[in-house]
Amino acid sequence: MNFPRVSSLTKKEQKKLLREPAALFLIILFPIALTLAFGVSFGAVGGTSATTYQVGVINADVSPNHSWSQHFVANLAASQILKVTMYTDEAAAHADLAQGKIQALIVIPANFGISCDSFAAAPSDATRWIATSIPLYCDSGSMFATQAIPPLLEQALATTLSGAHTAAVALPVQIESPSLVQATERSAFDYMVPGIFAYAVIFLTMTVAQSFTVDREKGLLRRIGITPTTPTEFMTSQSVANMGIAVVQVALVFAVAFAVGFRPNAAVPGLVLAFGIVAIFALCNVGFGLITATVAKSPGSATGIAFLFILPQMFLGTFVAAASSGVQAAAKFVPSYYVTDALTSLLLRGAPVTSPLVLKDIAVVVGFSFVALVVGVVLFRRYGNA
Amino acid sequence: MIAKKAVVIDHLTKTFDDATALADLNVEIKAGELFGLLGPNGAGKTTTINILCGLQEPTSGSVRICGFDVGNGTRKVKELIGVCPQEPALYSYLTGRENVELFGSLYSVPKDRMRKNIDALIEKIGLTEDANRRVSKYSGGMQRRINLAVALVHDPDIVFLDEPTAAMDPQSRHAVWDVIRDLNRQGKTIILTTHYMEEAEQLCDRVGIIDHGELVALDSPAQLKAQYCEETLEDVFIQLTGKRIREEPK
Repeated sequence: MNFPRVSSLTKKEQKKLLREPAALFLIILFPIALTLAFGVSFGAVGGTSATTYQVGVINADVSPNHSWSQHFVANLAASQILKVTMYTDEAAAHADLAQGKIQALIVIPANFGISCDSFAAAPSDATRWIATSIPLYCDSGSMFATQAIPPLLEQALATTLSGAHTAAVALPVQIESPSLVQATERSAFDYMVPGIFAYAVIFLTMTVAQSFTVDREKGLLRRIGITPTTPTEFMTSQSVANMGIAVVQVALVFAVAFAVGFRPNAAVPGLVLAFGIVAIFALCNVGFGLITATVAKSPGSATGIAFLFILPQMFLGTFVAAASSGVQAAAKFVPSYYVTDALTSLLLRGAPVTSPLVLKDIAVVVGFSFVALVVGVVLFRRYGNA
Repeated sequence: MIAKKAVVIDHLTKTFDDATALADLNVEIKAGELFGLLGPNGAGKTTTINILCGLQEPTSGSVRICGFDVGNGTRKVKELIGVCPQEPALYSYLTGRENVELFGSLYSVPKDRMRKNIDALIEKIGLTEDANRRVSKYSGGMQRRINLAVALVHDPDIVFLDEPTAAMDPQSRHAVWDVIRDLNRQGKTIILTTHYMEEAEQLCDRVGIIDHGELVALDSPAQLKAQYCEETLEDVFIQLTGKRIREEPK
C-alpha cells in the first residue's frame, strides 16, 4: 500500500466535496438545514417549554400482580412530554384518537403482569419469559407523534422493568436497562437527532454512485487504471474519504443540533463511539454506491437507482421511520435501523460503550458494511468499470 | 537504460465474441522512435493501445514493453509509460496544475522533481497563466493541452498519444507538435495515433497502417509514398484502406 498515493486521491475527493455545489449541498448543507428546521420546530429553541403529547391508556391487565401495570402507567405519567388519559371503554378511546383529542393510544395487555413476573423470575433466561406486546395506535396525521411517542413508551417500559434488573441485555419488551434518561429532559427533536445522523450519511450512496459514473464516463477510472495505483489503493482512498466526509457531516449536524437545544446524555467515549459508528456506516453506503454505479449507465440513472438504497434506509431506519409493527419488522433488514438504534442508546439513553445492545448494533452495522463494500467492489470491478 | 526494442508486439490477436479486433499483429518499435499508428475508425488502434497499456488482455500473443511482459509485469510497465487519451480525462473541479500534480503523485515522483516537471510542462504547453484555474473553466484546446501534460508529468520512457491534436486550432496543434518533437529529441519512444496524415507525415519516423485488425503497411512515410507511388501519405492511406466511410457505433 502506497500511502502518499492514497492520501493524494483522498484529498482529491475532499476538494470535490468543497468545490462541487451539488455535492456540497447534498452532503453538508441539506442535513444542516434539515437539523436546523427540525430543531427550531420541535426542539427547545426560544424557551424551555417542551412539546407534549396526549396518550390514552387502557389497562386490560388481568394478571394477579397488578403492580407492574400500575408502575408502568405511573412512569408514563411522570413524563412531562406524555399526558396520560386513562380509558376503560376501548371504543371511546378510539373515538378520541380519531377526533385528534389524543395522539396515541396503548392497550396494556391482559398478561402484562405475568410477562413482567416471568422476566423478574429469570432475568437472564429468555427462554422462560412470557412474551407480550402492547398494541399502539398513533394519530397517522401527526408524523412527529409517531416518531417521538414510541421511544418514550419504550423508556417508560424499561424504567418499569429495569429497576431490579439493571444488568439485563434484553427484556420481553426489548429495552436495555442501564442509564435511561428522564423523559422530562427531552424534546421531540432530541429523539429525532440520532435518526438525522443516519439520514445524513445514507445520501453518500448517491454521491458515491454519481462520482463513479461520472469518472467512468470521463475516462478517469481508466486513466487511473493506467497508473501504478492498485485497485486496493484506489478503493482505500474512496473509503477513507467518505468516512471522513461522514464524520464531518455528523459533526456539523451535531453542532447545529446542539445549538438548537440537543444535549446528548453521553460522555466522551460514547460520543467518539457514535462518530465511529457513523464512519463505519459510511462504508456501507460506499458499497451501495458502487453497486448502484455498476448497474447505472449514466450519472442521471445513478441518481434514480441510488434511491432504491436510500428510501428503504430512510423510511425504515431513520427519524422518518414509520411506527407500524410491519414496518418495524422490516426495519431489521436495513443497516440504518441499527445505526439509529445504537446512536439512540448512546446519545439519549446514556448507554455505556460496552453495552451489549450497542455492541450488537455495531456488529450488525459492521457486518452490513463489510458485505456491502465487498459486493460493491467485486461487482464494480467485474461489470462496472468498462 | 531502456532496451533497444521499446515495444515488441508478437502475434497479437484480440477477439470480442465473434468479432476480431486484432488479427496476428506483429510490430517492433525501437527505443527513441516516433511511431505512428494509423487506421480508419474501428480498425483496431484503440484496442492495440489498450492492450499495450495493460487495460485489456489479449486473446493470444504477447506484448513486451522495454523487455517487460505487459501481462506479468504490468506494474513495472505502468511506471514506464505515459498515456494521453483521445478525450481529455481530467477532474473538472481541480485546477490544471492540481490535475497534473495529482497524477504525478500517483507515480511516486519525488516532490521537488515533480514540481520542476510540472512548471516546465505547463510552460511548454502555454498554460502558465491559467494553470491555477479550474479545468471546468478551460476551453477544449486548453483541456487537451493539460491532458497531454498529465501524461508526461512522471517523465515516462514511452508515451502513447491517442489523437492528441484532435479538434485543436492550428496554434494549439503546433504547440503540441513542438512538445512531441521535444520529447523525441529527449530520446522518448512515442506511439502516436492520429487521423491527420499531415501530422503523421511531419512527425513520425515510421507508421503502421492497420485495417480490420490487420497490419497492412509498415514503413517510413517517405518509403510508403515511394512504394505505393503516391504524393502524400493520405493518398497511400486511402489506397490501402479504401474510400468507404467508417463510423464506429457507440
